[in-house]
Amino acid sequence: MSRSYLTDEVTLRSWLTTTDHKRIGILYALTITGFFFLGGAAATVIRLQLLSPDGHLISADTYNRLFTLHGVVMVWFFLVPAIPTTLGNFLLPLMIGADDVAFPKLNLFSWYLFLAGGLLTVLSLVAGGVDTGWTFYTPYSTLYSNSNVMLAAMGVFVVGFSSIVTGVNFIATVHMLRAPGMKWFRLPLFVWSIYATSLVMVLATPVLAISLLLVIAERVLGLPIFDPRFGGDPLMFQHLFWFYSHPAVYIMVLPAMGVVSEIIAAQARRKVFGYAFMVYAILGIAVIGFMVWGHHMFTAGMSPYASLVFSFLSFIVAVPSAIKVFNWTATLYRGQIALDAPMLYALGFLGLFTLGGLTGLFLASIPVDVHVTDTTFIVAHFHYIMVGGTVSAFFGGLHFWWPKITGRLYSEAWARTAAVVMFCGFNFTFFPMFIMGYLGMPRRYYHYPAQFQPYHVMASAGAVVLGAAYLMPLGYLGWSLLKGAKAGANPWDATGLEWTVPSPPPKQNFAVTPTVTTEPYLYHEEGRTHADARRLTPHRRQDEPAP
Amino acid sequence: MKLSDRDREIILVPILVWVGLMAALALTVAYAFWPHAPAKVEAALAIAALKAGLIAAVYMRLNRAPPLLRLTAVAAFLWLLMLFGLTFADYLTRSAS
Amino acid sequence: MSRAALLHEPFTNIPREQEAFLFGLWSFLASEALFFGALFLGYAVVRHLHIAGFDIGARHTNAVFGTLNTAILLTSSLTMAIAERGALADRTRLARIMLALTLMLGAAFLVVKGFEYHEDLEEHLLPGHGFAIPLRGAVLFFSFYWVMTGVHALHLSIGLGLVGRLFGLSLAGRLVENRASIQTTTLYWHLVDLIWVFLFPLFYLVARG
Repeated sequence: MSRSYLTDEVTLRSWLTTTDHKRIGILYALTITGFFFLGGAAATVIRLQLLSPDGHLISADTYNRLFTLHGVVMVWFFLVPAIPTTLGNFLLPLMIGADDVAFPKLNLFSWYLFLAGGLLTVLSLVAGGVDTGWTFYTPYSTLYSNSNVMLAAMGVFVVGFSSIVTGVNFIATVHMLRAPGMKWFRLPLFVWSIYATSLVMVLATPVLAISLLLVIAERVLGLPIFDPRFGGDPLMFQHLFWFYSHPAVYIMVLPAMGVVSEIIAAQARRKVFGYAFMVYAILGIAVIGFMVWGHHMFTAGMSPYASLVFSFLSFIVAVPSAIKVFNWTATLYRGQIALDAPMLYALGFLGLFTLGGLTGLFLASIPVDVHVTDTTFIVAHFHYIMVGGTVSAFFGGLHFWWPKITGRLYSEAWARTAAVVMFCGFNFTFFPMFIMGYLGMPRRYYHYPAQFQPYHVMASAGAVVLGAAYLMPLGYLGWSLLKGAKAGANPWDATGLEWTVPSPPPKQNFAVTPTVTTEPYLYHEEGRTHADARRLTPHRRQDEPAP
Repeated sequence: MKLSDRDREIILVPILVWVGLMAALALTVAYAFWPHAPAKVEAALAIAALKAGLIAAVYMRLNRAPPLLRLTAVAAFLWLLMLFGLTFADYLTRSAS
Repeated sequence: MSRAALLHEPFTNIPREQEAFLFGLWSFLASEALFFGALFLGYAVVRHLHIAGFDIGARHTNAVFGTLNTAILLTSSLTMAIAERGALADRTRLARIMLALTLMLGAAFLVVKGFEYHEDLEEHLLPGHGFAIPLRGAVLFFSFYWVMTGVHALHLSIGLGLVGRLFGLSLAGRLVENRASIQTTTLYWHLVDLIWVFLFPLFYLVARG
């Protein structure tokens, strides 16, 4: 028997020079975990400051630097890379029956770029931080800010390059390395979602790079590109910035949708309802998502006619998302639902994403958007999508594939507890922001009118619960690494090529290249009734032995 | 000297394209400096597009590339259209201040 | 010489691997197109806002240098195209000569650009204190001039490094076996040329005559 990818070589050097997609996935996972807790720490201090309407726990200037840090780190160093670079790297080749991604060395290079970008950004922090907000809006970022805008922008620029390289690699992998018989419409939805995400990464990130490059050029070389005194247009920065940063939301949430599709199908023992439509919806979101960026600029001074167009397109982009939600629901319908931890996270995703999506429709509507622009309503909306959606799905995926990645089982009771606590803590933290935002509480404010204090106290209390839920997996997953029971190759009895190899997989994924002959998600054999299927493929709990 | 088919492919085709490119260059410069000629910007950009088309089709071999590679080039073009189109949806409809 | 030795994990046949490299590079070129596209968009927007100042600015660039450099770069694309076709047909001597010519032409472009930048600085065309043209918008024209030609020159320098690597391989007699490197480097070089084809009229021609 060949040794697993984890034990094949154990030196630090073998890890830092590895070109194995599975090990690179682990390297990313460790890196982004660090950034997640860094960004989380900043959020903690922000929530503490906001407990009191006129508190002085930190100075106003520090407060600005902390919410910028929180945004920059969470967006570019956690949410964007979270699922693609960890689960995506690990699973993509396994799911399509390949031995690695198309360009393994480039894959490792991409991780080093990520690390370099991260170090630059951390350096900007150590040197005193940045106070522009994660959006780097001009002319504040170019003319007025006395903070380390250049270092942070360079860090994001470099990490963007890493993102492009990863995207190119994944696109080429899906096109070129599918196993024999793995036709496009036999691909697991997770693969489709990573593919669509990669398209967005490759085509949107360069525009972000230019927007940051122009900010750097203005700050460092003194070229007055966005400077209104010389006729420059600060709004042009927003166009370039949001051409990336709106699709970036889909970079975050598309992989989450992929993860959730896999979990729901496996743990409801049902074929994904409307597979083809799920694929079209993924591609539709990826493409239409490029045409809605102007809804971030309704109140910025853009032409009202352009606002109309962007508003209309923003309503349209909600349609494929709604199709997906309906199809997940239909997949669950009459399924044999196992309320294991991954499913609990997936259901949490479903609820929170739907709420975030529906409030997104409020914001696509210009009059409502004008009313709540720059309030905590916006903050609540995008946290429901990015944290409620993406982070829930990330944890769901982590639990679902944990036995495959590590070869160990974790404590199901602890994991379910954490999932429920996370869902409650999240709502507790962010729902009050919808209400106070609607009532007029501006975002990014250091002090606020006393009437909003109850909501802020609620949000801060919820943040404690949420923080606890994020820390719990460190404990029981860590314990699982050391003492967890050995996992079989397929503890969930799930379909998909990744479950046909041992857990953890050997260094070379497939001893024999697999040949695919069927569509995905065959949880019922063809021609059998539901009752037959229930009898013939009893759903096994992971802690029961396989027959 | 008579050229073999292979030499034709290796040397002659690139040279012919180069001759075309240089002719286009001469044309665009001449037109730009022709006093009071109409539609100078449009003409300059059209000739640039022609040159770019020659480079992409022959030098970058899009004329004989597999459909996938052509599709990639087309995708880049479409995304540029989105970027320009929707940004100018703003700038072209702004009221004069 | 065994071609099979050049097959890299995880591919199992050479044509597939070749196509993957080309496709990967084309995907990257699409990304590059959006990268420069965003700059062109910035140029277009600012020109739309300040057409008079832009045109005044555009009359201050040196069209002789610009035209000369366009000719140099188009010719370098010719030598690069022959180098690629030669290398793929095992004509190593031809390929080596053409790679050397490409390197020289690329370097010549940078030298001419250097002279031009020097002249621009003498004429106070770098935005900042004492900028030469008072008309509103001209300073924005030159902001884009410096950024866009600068970013292009950086790309060209990277291209020189890649072509230099191929030239090194050809000296070591290992050029022909690196098909993927030859093809991807060639594509990148042509893209840098193609970008210049659009930079040239926008910065040197639009307001002449």
